[in-house]
Amino acid sequence: MNLRRDVFQAIADPTRRAILLLVASQSLTAGAIAANFDTARPTVSKHLAILTECELLKQEQQGREVHYHLNANKMKDIADFIEPFRQMWDERFNKLEAVMKNYQNKQHGA
Amino acid sequence: MELKTKIHAEDGRPDLLITREFDLPVQLLFKAYEDAELFEQWMNTKVVKLESRKHGSWAFETSNAEGQVVFKANGTIHDFVPDKKIVRTFEIENAPFDVQLEFLDFERLTDDTSKLTIHSIYRSAALRDQMLKLPFNQGLNMAHNRLQDIVNKLK
Repeated sequence: MNLRRDVFQAIADPTRRAILLLVASQSLTAGAIAANFDTARPTVSKHLAILTECELLKQEQQGREVHYHLNANKMKDIADFIEPFRQMWDERFNKLEAVMKNYQNKQHGA
Repeated sequence: MELKTKIHAEDGRPDLLITREFDLPVQLLFKAYEDAELFEQWMNTKVVKLESRKHGSWAFETSNAEGQVVFKANGTIHDFVPDKKIVRTFEIENAPFDVQLEFLDFERLTDDTSKLTIHSIYRSAALRDQMLKLPFNQGLNMAHNRLQDIVNKLK
């Protein structure tokens, strides 16, 4: 995958997040999605292309229309980027616990 | 195994919740945040200023092995209730993330255990997501720097 087009870049944009919320409950055509925004249709198309490219959206042919729906598997990546942040805090808090236990022992020893 | 530190961050929201239970009396947990010398030890940073009181302010900076300052942050303390609560702002200097507001709640569970809940509010959901990606790299870099420092001492 193109690094520039990763999941995080995709969700950093408010319009793209709004699109993801729209298609979370039902699959929609590009026209139906665009109707929810004041932005020009080509702009919405560009957002849809980016979301499709990084696999947050999936296209599905239904008769003559293309419907977009959410790729739930890919959405898990967002939860994944919190994990390193969580681990960082976990390590910090482990250290806090160790530092304070040491401090407590010193107080008792004194 | 149950994870000790939990992060609750919903998609599209500008805030997040960090919770952690400690094997420490709440007074000691609070002291780790109140006392500059102890804070420095577990946060791996230099405390430039820490006025632990209502309307006080704080600043810290982190240097690499070469002594260059690589990270600076500061903020003001809006509320300070010993063993219970700290409300403060947090801003990284020279970074485009704007200020965040943090509510730290310290809770006694038993005589020897306690719980910390940090509610961080960012200016926007996008900024929150960017920040979530940043401290991880920073944490890693800090850990690497530290490792490098230790290795340098062994030489």
